[in-house]
Amino acid sequence: MTALPAPPAPARPPRPPLRRAVDGRWVAGVARGLALHLGVDPWVIRGAFVLAAFSGAGVIAYAAFWAVVPLDAEPSRSPTQPRGLRPVPYGAMERSAPPPDAGAGEDRRDLIGLLGLAAVSVGVLLLLRQAGLEVAGALVPFVVAATGVAVLWRLADDAQRHRVVEATAGLAHPAGEGAPRWAGWARLLLGVALLVVGAVVFFASRGGIGAATTAVLAVLVALAGLLVVAGPWLYRLVRELADERAERIRSQERADVAAHVHDSVLQTLALIQRRSDDPREVVRLARAEERALRQWLYQPAAERSDSISVALDRLAAEVEDDHGGALDVVCVGDALVDEPLEALLQAAREAMVNAAKYAAAKGPVSVYAEVEPGEVSVYIRDRGPGFEPAAIPPDRMGVRESIIGRVERAGGRAEVRTSPGEGCEVRLSMPRGEEAP
Amino acid sequence: MTEEGGPGPPRVVLVDDHRMVRTGVRTELGDAVEVVGEAGDVDQAVIVITATRPDVVLLDVHLPGGGGAEVIHRIAPALPEVRFLALSVSDAAEDVITTIRAGARGYVTKSITGPELAEAVRRVAAGDAVFSPRLAGFVLDAFSSGAPAPASAEELDLLSPREREVMRLIARGYAYKEVAKELFISIKTVETHVSAVLRKLQLSNRHELSRWAADRGVL
Repeated sequence: MTALPAPPAPARPPRPPLRRAVDGRWVAGVARGLALHLGVDPWVIRGAFVLAAFSGAGVIAYAAFWAVVPLDAEPSRSPTQPRGLRPVPYGAMERSAPPPDAGAGEDRRDLIGLLGLAAVSVGVLLLLRQAGLEVAGALVPFVVAATGVAVLWRLADDAQRHRVVEATAGLAHPAGEGAPRWAGWARLLLGVALLVVGAVVFFASRGGIGAATTAVLAVLVALAGLLVVAGPWLYRLVRELADERAERIRSQERADVAAHVHDSVLQTLALIQRRSDDPREVVRLARAEERALRQWLYQPAAERSDSISVALDRLAAEVEDDHGGALDVVCVGDALVDEPLEALLQAAREAMVNAAKYAAAKGPVSVYAEVEPGEVSVYIRDRGPGFEPAAIPPDRMGVRESIIGRVERAGGRAEVRTSPGEGCEVRLSMPRGEEAP
Repeated sequence: MTEEGGPGPPRVVLVDDHRMVRTGVRTELGDAVEVVGEAGDVDQAVIVITATRPDVVLLDVHLPGGGGAEVIHRIAPALPEVRFLALSVSDAAEDVITTIRAGARGYVTKSITGPELAEAVRRVAAGDAVFSPRLAGFVLDAFSSGAPAPASAEELDLLSPREREVMRLIARGYAYKEVAKELFISIKTVETHVSAVLRKLQLSNRHELSRWAADRGVL
């Protein structure tokens, strides 16, 4: 074995473990991996391998390294940076390990890689000849076939690495990574094609076209047999991967829910315990949290943010936060808020504030909105003490101005129905120009 | 069947998987009803209800072992005289509709006050339906004239103008008594209208209703 003196250089930063390199490699990453491990320039190692190849030993050494040294699961960052988590633990890698070799030099490197593989194949053949096997006449087909085998082998390498990356980083959507998968298939086809061409040319040169056909058939039969044998195993592998993925998604969801519960419900419960001497505040906190949780659990995400139902819910929430009490909002139909409807909503808000201030102690305030093709109506009903409408002093602007006046100016109707002891209901309606959505 | 105004308070079984809720409801109901049993999941509920034969079952919508609808499905064929009132924190449309279509006589949320709940239990025990404002809102939404009714729109798939009126007032927070006063009809008539709406809600083939129900695998 030639290029392996490897005296450990003293006083260096921790040496990366011996792995075959994934990025920056030309054939199987042996030379670059060795270079990273030893801390020398890859070209030194490559040159040593090429020189040694003339004696055959270089080829054997290279093949041995290829077979024995595991592929690096993680693209290296710089030659000196320590890498290498031995078997990569799940989740230990960053979530989006970039597909290696994704740069613009990909094609060129693939071509050079192919040449490199062919060179290795030539080396193997030279070696065989030295061993006494006369294959000179069939050199070309053998080189082609051997290169095919090498391509397939390298593909197996890559597939394995992909598996590790997928299992770790969760990038396993079949459609989600077109390029690597496409490249994988292309390489597989290339490898098989080289193999078949090699076999055909070899047999054709020996025994005529009949023998070639037989050989092709034999190869196909062998492939089919391989598929039958490996099929169930492959299927199981795919299933296992899918299960793993589903499990990962589930645990991700669990983590999300746990995080949400912690940030919202648990925090509020802690607050409530601290404020337990203030019943009003406790109710307010509990109500606000209930609202937030309901929103999170039941609200369809796609709802328009500028629709009446959403706006009413939001107004009711603000009123509850500012004035306490509970407002139950029921909405039938929905529409987008335009200018007259904005006036209607503001009037409704005033009515809600009044109800929350004066009547919330007597049970929840009912807010009901109905959107009809020609009209939008909002009703705010409380069960509070009520009052004598005629007895409102003229200087009390609340009801008269900010509720009735506001709606009427915008072209709608407003009515307050109440009497002492009967609660109060504010009825607001606004005509609509356009048709219902 | 409990006769209306029959002797004694209604006999009630509480079904909820949270013991704290059962205790709270029991306290709130006080002497207004007689709680004869409690259960925390579907199987237990079936056993307790079969053994005690209550007038009304206060039923949580979400239960271990299949949910409130499952309890109704398993009890109703054997004991048709037992009535169910759904009591839940959930306001989600499919929960409400699923439970009603399984056969519950009403749906109230857990924020209801004690006296109101007792009144609702009495009403259900008497064979009437109990609609919260929110349930009335769902009904109006699902039966709204804007939404297309099935081509074979029958009487079942449409609300009469009077029923719509009653639903609207309930959605506005009116009690039955107040609805009666507002529409110048008797409470009895209000109850008849509400029961008719309940029946439509349970039997109608309107697309909105069947879709909600189908999503949950009932029907």
